[in-house]
Amino acid sequence: MTDVPIGVVRFPGTNCDQDVFDAVGSVSGAQPVWLWHKERDLAGVRAIVLAGGFAYGDYLRAGAIARFSPIMEEVIRFAETGRPVLGICNGFQILTEAGLLPGALMRNDRLSFVCRPQWLKIESTATPFTRHYRPGELVRFPVAHGEGNYFAPPDILDRLEAEARVVFRYVDEDGQATAESNPNGSARSIAGIADETGHIVGLMPHPDRAMEALVGSDDGRRVFRGLLEAAA
Amino acid sequence: MTTALEERPITRADVQAHGLTPFEYQRIVELLGREPGLTELGVFSLMWSEHCGYKYSRARLVELPTTGPQVIQGPGENAGAVDVGDELAVVFKMESHNHPSAVEPYQGAATGVGGILRDVFTMGARPIALLDSLRFGELDDPHVRYLFRHVVRGVGDYGNCVGVPTVGGEVVFDDAYRGNPLVNAMCVGIVRHEELTGASAGIAGNAVYVLGSRTGRDGIHGASLLASSELGDDAVESRPTVQVGDPFTEKLLLEATLELIGRGVASGIQDMGAAGLTSSSAEMASRAGTGIEIDVAKVPRREPDMTAYEVLLSESQERMLISADAAGEPALMEVADKWDLPCTRVGRVTGDGVWRILEGDSVVCEIPVRALTDDVPRYLREVDPPPYVAEVHAGMPDPDQLAAIDPWDALETLLAASTIASKRWVWEQYDHTVQASTVAAPGADAAIVRIRGTDRGLALAVDGNGRWVYCDPRRGGALAVAEAARNLAAVGARPLAITDCLNFGNPEKDAVYWQFAEAIRGISEACRALDTPVVSGNVSFYNESSRGAIHPTPTIGMVGVVDLARTILPGRGRPGDLAVLVGGEGSHLGATSLLKEVLGLTAGRAPAVDLDAERRLGEAVRELAGAGLVRSAHDLSDGGLGVAAAELLFGHPRETGLDLELPAGVDPVKVLFAEDAGRILLVIAAENEADVSGRLSDHGLPVRVAGRLTGTPVLRIAALGHRRRLDLEALWQGTIPRIMQRTESSR
Repeated sequence: MTDVPIGVVRFPGTNCDQDVFDAVGSVSGAQPVWLWHKERDLAGVRAIVLAGGFAYGDYLRAGAIARFSPIMEEVIRFAETGRPVLGICNGFQILTEAGLLPGALMRNDRLSFVCRPQWLKIESTATPFTRHYRPGELVRFPVAHGEGNYFAPPDILDRLEAEARVVFRYVDEDGQATAESNPNGSARSIAGIADETGHIVGLMPHPDRAMEALVGSDDGRRVFRGLLEAAA
Repeated sequence: MTTALEERPITRADVQAHGLTPFEYQRIVELLGREPGLTELGVFSLMWSEHCGYKYSRARLVELPTTGPQVIQGPGENAGAVDVGDELAVVFKMESHNHPSAVEPYQGAATGVGGILRDVFTMGARPIALLDSLRFGELDDPHVRYLFRHVVRGVGDYGNCVGVPTVGGEVVFDDAYRGNPLVNAMCVGIVRHEELTGASAGIAGNAVYVLGSRTGRDGIHGASLLASSELGDDAVESRPTVQVGDPFTEKLLLEATLELIGRGVASGIQDMGAAGLTSSSAEMASRAGTGIEIDVAKVPRREPDMTAYEVLLSESQERMLISADAAGEPALMEVADKWDLPCTRVGRVTGDGVWRILEGDSVVCEIPVRALTDDVPRYLREVDPPPYVAEVHAGMPDPDQLAAIDPWDALETLLAASTIASKRWVWEQYDHTVQASTVAAPGADAAIVRIRGTDRGLALAVDGNGRWVYCDPRRGGALAVAEAARNLAAVGARPLAITDCLNFGNPEKDAVYWQFAEAIRGISEACRALDTPVVSGNVSFYNESSRGAIHPTPTIGMVGVVDLARTILPGRGRPGDLAVLVGGEGSHLGATSLLKEVLGLTAGRAPAVDLDAERRLGEAVRELAGAGLVRSAHDLSDGGLGVAAAELLFGHPRETGLDLELPAGVDPVKVLFAEDAGRILLVIAAENEADVSGRLSDHGLPVRVAGRLTGTPVLRIAALGHRRRLDLEALWQGTIPRIMQRTESSR
């Protein structure tokens, strides 16, 4: 059996590209493939990951320019066919800018960048990326962002909750969503959401930086295992 | 061809305005065999400034050891390089951006990070870690809070955007830095030996290119004026000499540069940093022993009507000068296009040893390369210790003043002192996990980042104690190196080499020059004893404001290696484990944090340093780590045993406590807060006590079981009673966030 090709999009300012490439490559049976932002050829990949960084510098608004790039037109088309697409950090910002996920990521409420290990609660296991977690399981991924404050109008938030599309929530080590455990002021402590089909997921925390106990946590591995299975 | 050399005759006022002495001007005339033109005078003033030419420091810097079997590239290139096995080298350097940060803290700090990143990736190395060493005045001053917030943000935003983790550093607050903060940034990269690249112009006939941003008017005279003179009260007026950073372009430049080197297209690459095109072109030619010819008319510009002088002196950021065989031009342009970076051919390497600047058909400058880079005047003086030293040594408090100190009050004061308090507020603003390789994060004694593709990590620390150097420059210099080595030992690592950033006042003053010469002596002695040669560094003089000179502050950036299976990490002890004090009881109170934070005094001598004992301490801890006998460790530094014990505890899970024992019949204040060098706390399993004690004794190191971890979250100190861990930790964690809620002032 040949390895399943999984695309990792590289904008010029993507800076977690190697981390995601390695995370995908560490899952047996997955073959990471670079997708350059100027290209339109998706090279036959079966799933796509948008990695973190500052795609085009993000001086305007995170992800605001990336959505107009040639590769994103193809990614949008790809996503609309129901194939798995995962956006991490800047990748999540780009997915909301591209209209593939609802809401927006605003500047952190503390107005500064925040990088710390973060406890998360798995709120939905109905996505390919979370199928290997237990509902309500607590996991730890690092966060590292300046614009991760999730915002959506109350009716959208209610709908996300009702349809079990809130996938990850910021909590403390006891599983409680508190003001202290919310690193950026996100509405309802939302860390990650899914589209209606569950195949498009965006989250601010970095499963790609939680692949080995050596660097603090290997809780992120199951995200990439689920990604591969959905792609195969 | 016409000549523009005689723009107008040089006057005495011109010479003075360019920061040159009459003697130095005479030397220029002799080297040229004629009077210089005005542009040439500007070029000399830049290249002969302390910042570029090291005219006061060079004669002392030669004392530093710079060689060793591990050294691949010593000082003289963009950064130093040291072998780490597996055909890999670690490339690193630390540099200051003090005056720009004093004037415009956000951009000053950001461009400091940008510059040091470029120094590392121009060597062909991919940057994998940043560290920073910061000094500010006390935080009760609203302007200091403004500087602190914006420097931290500048450091963070730049590294975060480029995608290089900021994994460690130090921040110290002392009134001595009120008018003149210090911002030292260190970058560490990894390169395969065969891709290690220099900044030589290569051979005559090569073409010369500018890659990256267009050239604007920002940063003109940054090196010569801002960096090479004291900060006056009107320093804000010099904001236009501060450069503006663009980390996104830096990221493009980083990827493009590494791709060019990987494809073998460039023979030499030099960052156009301090003194811009002038310095980069002259230094590249100097390293190759060639000449170089640049046509400034071809340099892409941001604004019209720039003079040749402005193009030569601009310090616009994110620009590279590249020397390459013209046959490789298509490949060069292909890479530049891929990364959307302008790349323009601006000149050529010549065989005549002349630095020649053209503007179209006119010759603007024609100077022998050596005159700019090798014939810089060098000043060596012998000076006596200044009078302040004896006064400081004699200024110790009366014994009854010390006897009146309550140990718990002192501990609480120290934990809440901004220098000792947790710097979480700082490092949470730095992305320290990007690249997914950070094994020991900020807050550990030393950072550890893995070397991808190996089972080893790099251990990294920056250290310096300006108060010690002020009181005792020779001891202080040695102690900075010893402390860095101890920090590396505390994570189980073996030191390899250092980079130094030497921050001092005005070297033309005898007291400052003496501090500098003595500190270099101390650093040299420690580097020899600990086998850590200096492979790169930077001198920052003129750190003075209307309030006088800063504390002399050499900061040491040390790099070592550690087996990732044998690291010592914070917080790994368990209830019942023993805390073992290695290196003896403390008794030295001179120049301590206790005197500064509790009594408001900077007095006495710095602690003595026994370099042989420091060396043995490092070897012993590594041996214990290798045998799997150390659960956790923390070295003793600011605040002595008391603060070290509390910090060791805070690293552990929230339900952990610590019972500390004191030797019988001693003054608790002395034992708890003395800052004698060469000491560390190790957490070990109780059943290994005999084994650990035996091994430490074999290394000739005093050892005492000083405490035990418990399952009750309190800190108990012998007969002195206990305090709730939560309360102590709140002081330590809460100080900086609380102060930073107060208002700030931009001037």
